[in-house]
Amino acid sequence: MTALATIGRFFLGFFGQTGQLAIFISQTLAALARPPFYFRMIGQQMLRIGYFSLPVVALTSFFTGGALAIQIYYGGNQFNSEAIVSSIVALGITRELGPVLGGLMVAGRVSAAIAAEIGTMRVTEQIDALTTLSTNPYKYLVAPRVIAATLCMPLLALVADILGIFGGFVVGTQSFGFNAAIYVQRTFSFLQFDDVASGLIKAAVFGFIIAIMGCYNGYHSKGGAQGVGRATTNAVVSASILILAANYLMTALLFSS
Amino acid sequence: MTDKISLAQVHKSFASKQVLRGLTLNIEKGQSMVVIGGSGSGKSVMLKSILGLLTPDSGSITIDGQETVGLARDKRSAIDAQIGMLFQNGALFDSLPVWKNVAFRGLQNEGMSEDEARQVGTQALRRVGLGAELLDLFPAALSGGMHKRVGLARAIAASPEIIFFDEPTTGLDPIMTDVINHLIEDCVQDLGATTLTITHDMTSVRAIADKTALLYKGEIIWHGDQEALDASEDPFLHQFIHGLAHGPIEVEGQQLETALAGLES
Ligand SMILES: Nc1ncnc2c1ncn2[C@@H]1O[C@H](COP(=O)(O)OP(=O)(O)OP(=O)(O)O)[C@@H](O)[C@H]1O
Ligand SMILES: [Mg+2]
Repeated sequence: MTALATIGRFFLGFFGQTGQLAIFISQTLAALARPPFYFRMIGQQMLRIGYFSLPVVALTSFFTGGALAIQIYYGGNQFNSEAIVSSIVALGITRELGPVLGGLMVAGRVSAAIAAEIGTMRVTEQIDALTTLSTNPYKYLVAPRVIAATLCMPLLALVADILGIFGGFVVGTQSFGFNAAIYVQRTFSFLQFDDVASGLIKAAVFGFIIAIMGCYNGYHSKGGAQGVGRATTNAVVSASILILAANYLMTALLFSS
Repeated sequence: MTDKISLAQVHKSFASKQVLRGLTLNIEKGQSMVVIGGSGSGKSVMLKSILGLLTPDSGSITIDGQETVGLARDKRSAIDAQIGMLFQNGALFDSLPVWKNVAFRGLQNEGMSEDEARQVGTQALRRVGLGAELLDLFPAALSGGMHKRVGLARAIAASPEIIFFDEPTTGLDPIMTDVINHLIEDCVQDLGATTLTITHDMTSVRAIADKTALLYKGEIIWHGDQEALDASEDPFLHQFIHGLAHGPIEVEGQQLETALAGLES
C-alpha cells in the first residue's frame, strides 16, 4: 500500500462520513418538523440529559471559577484587584468557560451514553424492529434526544454561570478578604445581558452537537460490542472537537461585530 | 390465485460478498411458506429485503402487487402496518417492559390506552404459552426461550395479514416447539395470514409448511409442497433434510469434505 493510497482512502472515508452525517442531520430535521412527536420521550430525555448532568456541570464550573480568581489575583497587579477579579471571572465564565467546559463535560457524559444505547439497539436489531413496527427511529430515538439536549444545555450553562461566579466569589472573599457586597455589586454592574446571552446561545449549539454526534455514531455502529465501543469513543471525541471548533467560530462571529 | 408476496431476480451483495443471486419466490395469499437452507445462505437477508430494511441491488419485490424496492419508508406505511416480524434474536426493546414491547405498535402509533395495551399483551402472551405474570418484566429478566416467545407475541399481537418468522422454534424445548408450530398453523388457518417461516427444524417444516423452498447460494434451488418434498430425489434437498455431511452442498467458508478429511487423518 502506497502512502498516496492511504491518503486517498482517508479523504474518501472523510467525505463519505461527512455526506452520511449531512444526510443524518437532514433526516433528523425532517423528523423534527412533522408529527408524530413523542412528548413522553422528550421529557424522559430532558431528565436524563439535563437534570442528571447538573452536578457534573455545577462542580466543574465552581472549581473553574475559583481557579480563575486565583490566577487573576496573582497574575494581575494586586491594585484594585477586587474589581478586576470579579469582572474577569464573570466575563470569562459566562462568555467562554461556563458553556464550553459544561459542553465538554456533558459531551463526555451524554454523547457516550446516547451512542452506547442507540448503538446497542442497532446491533441487536432493535432499530430494525422499530421500523417494522411502523415507528420512524429518527422521530422516536433521535429527535427527542436532540430536542432535549438543545433545550437543556442553555439551562445547564446558566447554572454553570452562577456556580462559576460563585466559585470566584468564595475564593475572593475567603482567601483574599474581598468585601462580599462590593464583589457582588461589581459583578452585576459589569456583566451585561449580551455576555450571558451569547454563552447561552453557544450552549444550545453545543447541546445540538452533543446529541447529534451521539445519535449518529450509535445509529451507524456495526459489528457487535466492539462496534458499539468504537461508536462511543467516536461520539465523545467528535462531539468535543466540534464543540471547540464551533465555539471558536461563534466567538469570532458574535464578538467581531 | 394472486401472489401476496413475490420476489423476482433479487440480488444483494455486501462489499464483494454476493448473498442473494437472483432469488425468485412467490407466496400465495393465505399460504404458509417455509424456507430452509444452510446457515449463512442469506435467509435473514431475504426477509430483511422484503421488509425494506435492506435494499436489494437489483430485482423486484412486490407485496399485494405493489413494487416495494426503492419505495421510501413513509410511502410504505400501509404495507408495514399489515406485517408482523419475529426477528431471529427476538430484538425486544430492552428499555421497555414486556407488555409495552408486545403492544408497541398500538401504543405508539394507534393511540391505544395502557389498559387496552395490557389486555392485548396478556392475550398475545397466552397464545405463545406465557402467563400474564411476565407483563411487567424487562427483557433482560427473560430466559432465551421466553425472549423468543415474547418476540413471537409481538409479531402476532396486531393480527397482521403477513407474518415473518425467522427461526421461531430455535432454542425451544420439544413441547414448546410443538406449541409454536400449532400457533403458526393457527395464524394461517384462523387469521387467514400469509406466513413466511425460516427454520432449520424438519419437524417444523412437516408441521406447518404448505410449501417449502430450499435456499442455496443465494437462489431457490428447489420448491414444492409436502408430497413433492417426500417424493423428491433432488440431491441437494436430500442432503439437507437428512442432515448429511456428504453430498453436493458446499459448506460456507470451507470445503466440508476437506474439513472431514482433516478430522479423520
Ligand atoms: N449487514 C451485513 N453486512 C455484511 N454482511 C452481511 C450483513 N448481513 C448479512 N451478511 C452476510 O450475508 C450472509 C447471509 O446472512 P444471513 O443472516 O441472511 O444468513 P442466514 O441464512 O439467515 O443464516 P442463519 O441460518 O445462520 O441465520 C452471511 O454470510 C452474512 O455474513
Ligand atoms: Mg438468519
